[in-house]
Amino acid sequence: MSIAPDHDARVRPATVAREEDYLWTLNFGPQHPATHTTLRLVLKLEGERVVDALPEMGYLHSGFEKIGEHLTFNQYVTVTDRMNYISPMANNVAWHHAVETLLGIELTPRCKVIRTIIAELARISDHLLCNGAVGLDTGAFTFFLYGFYQREVIYDIFETLCGARFTNSYTRVGGVSQDFTPLVIEKIRTFLRTFPKTLDDMERLLTRNRIFVDRTKGVGVLTKEEAINRGASGPVARASGVTRDLRKDEPYLAYADYDFQVCCAAAGDCYARYLVRMQEMRESLKIVSQALENIPAGEVNVGMDQRVARPTKQQVYSTIEGTIAHFELSMSNRSFDVPYEESYAAVEAPNGELGFYIVGDGDDTAYRARCRPPALLHFSLFPHLIRGHTLSDVVAVLGSLNIIAAELDR
Amino acid sequence: MSAQQPAADVLESLTARFPGLESSTYRGQTRVVVAEANSLELLAFLAESGFDLLVDVTCVDYLEYRNATRRYGLVYLLASTATATRLTVRVYLDDPDPAVRTVCGLWQSAEWLEREVWDMFGIRFLGHPDLRRLLMPEEFTAHPLRKDYPLQGRGERHNFPILTRDDG
Repeated sequence: MSIAPDHDARVRPATVAREEDYLWTLNFGPQHPATHTTLRLVLKLEGERVVDALPEMGYLHSGFEKIGEHLTFNQYVTVTDRMNYISPMANNVAWHHAVETLLGIELTPRCKVIRTIIAELARISDHLLCNGAVGLDTGAFTFFLYGFYQREVIYDIFETLCGARFTNSYTRVGGVSQDFTPLVIEKIRTFLRTFPKTLDDMERLLTRNRIFVDRTKGVGVLTKEEAINRGASGPVARASGVTRDLRKDEPYLAYADYDFQVCCAAAGDCYARYLVRMQEMRESLKIVSQALENIPAGEVNVGMDQRVARPTKQQVYSTIEGTIAHFELSMSNRSFDVPYEESYAAVEAPNGELGFYIVGDGDDTAYRARCRPPALLHFSLFPHLIRGHTLSDVVAVLGSLNIIAAELDR
Repeated sequence: MSAQQPAADVLESLTARFPGLESSTYRGQTRVVVAEANSLELLAFLAESGFDLLVDVTCVDYLEYRNATRRYGLVYLLASTATATRLTVRVYLDDPDPAVRTVCGLWQSAEWLEREVWDMFGIRFLGHPDLRRLLMPEEFTAHPLRKDYPLQGRGERHNFPILTRDDG
C-alpha cells in the first residue's frame, strides 16, 4: 500500500530542517555595556553574520508626553532635561523654542545669543560623548577619556552658569533663568582656547588609525535616498549626503548672524558619521567664539509688558506694573494667555531634528506636548544598516547612531 | 523663527487637485485638513510633489478640548529637503474604532511612528506591515495617551502576576 501523498507531506517538513533553524538567536540587551542605556536587540546570527535584528524599546518609557499635559511650560523644561540627557541644554532650548513659537514671543537679542552659545556647547558635549562611545565600544579607551575630560570642563561652565552640571532646566518662557556673568564668559573663553588642542589629539588617535578605520569604514552604509525616506536627520543624515541643517535652512535664535559651515559626507558609513561629528565640533567652536565676543547688552528676558517672564526684583518692588506682572505670573490660575492653537517648531539638536508639537488650550499647561525624537527614527534604521554585517559591527553601528534610550522612549 | 511656508504653486496644485481643502496658516506654518477618505491620495500627491521627508506622525485627543467636534486629530508633519519648506496635514477621526490607511508605502519612517500612534492612542493603520505596540509591553491593553486614561495609570504597575518558584 503506498503512502498517501498528504501523509508524506505532513511527515517531510518535520524531518527536513529549515534553513532558519540553523540561525542562532542572540539577545543583545537591555542590560549590556554597549547598548547605550536600555534598549534590546534580538539578533539572528548565522555564525558571525547578522541575518536580522529585531529592535525592542520601551524599557525607559516614563510617560513624558502625558506629563506634558499636566505641567506648566516652565515646569516641563525639567522633564525635557531628562530626554537626551547627554545634551540637556539643547532640549531646553528646543522646548522653549516651540513654546515661544506657539505664543508668538520674540526674544531679546541678548537671550538669542546666550541660547545659541549654550546650544553649541551642548552640541560639543554630545558629540564628544557619541564619538567617545564609538571609540570606547571599538576599544579606544584613551580617546573616550580625552573627550570626557573636556565634557567635565563644559559641565563646570554650566554649573557656574545655572547651578546644575547636568539637568540644567536653563531656559524659561521668554528668556533664561540666569544671565551670563563675567566668570562664565571667562570660563568659556578658556575652554575655547584649550579645546582645539584636545580635539587635535583625539583626531590623531583615531582618524587615521588602521584598526578604527577597518572597523568603521564601509560598515552600516546608509544611502541618501534611504536616509530621507526613513526620516534620518542631523549628523546621521548629513553623513549620507543630505545637506539639511535647520540652523541654515530655518535659522532660529542667532544662527543667521554667524559664519559656519554645514558638515556633510557622502559615504554614509560609521566612519563618515564619526568624521561629520568631529568636524561639527570645530564648527561649533567657530560659532561660540563669534558669539561670545559679540553678546549684545540689554535685558535677557522679555519685558514685563508681555507678561510671560518674571520681572526683575527691582521692578517688582518699585513699580506697580512689576508687582502686578509678578502676581499674575505666580498665581497658577492667572498665568499668561496661550492661544487655542497648535504649532510645531524644531531645532537642530546634536542628534538631529528635535521638535515639539504643542497644542495650547488657554492656560500655561500644554494640552498636548509631543516630542519628535530623532533617536526613534535612527533606531528604526538599525535593522536595515546591520543586515549582513558581523556581530562586532553591531556596536560600531549602534554607537554611531547615537541612540539615547531616554529620548527614544520618553 | 517660523517654519518656511510651501511655495504658492505647490498649494495651488494641491487645491486644484483636491477642491474643498481647508487650509490655514498659523505662525508661518501651513496646515491642511483632509477627510480620512482622501488622506492617502493627498499624502501620495504630496510625496510626489517634493515632500520627501515625513518628520512626524502624531495624534491629539480632543476629548477635553473647547469646542471640539471630532475626537482624534491625526497630524502628519511633512518637509521638503530640496526647498526647506514644511506642511502639516490633519485628519480627524472619531470613536469607535478610529482607523486610517498607512503611509508606510510612501515614507518608511512611518513604520515606527504609526506604531507609536497605535500604541498610545489606539488608531489602527490599515495595511501596516507590523502594527504592534512600540513603547508599552505587548500585554498592555489600554492606550495611555488618551485623555480618559489617568496620569497615574490604572494600577498596572501593582498588578503584575506573581510567579513563585513552584510555578516555573
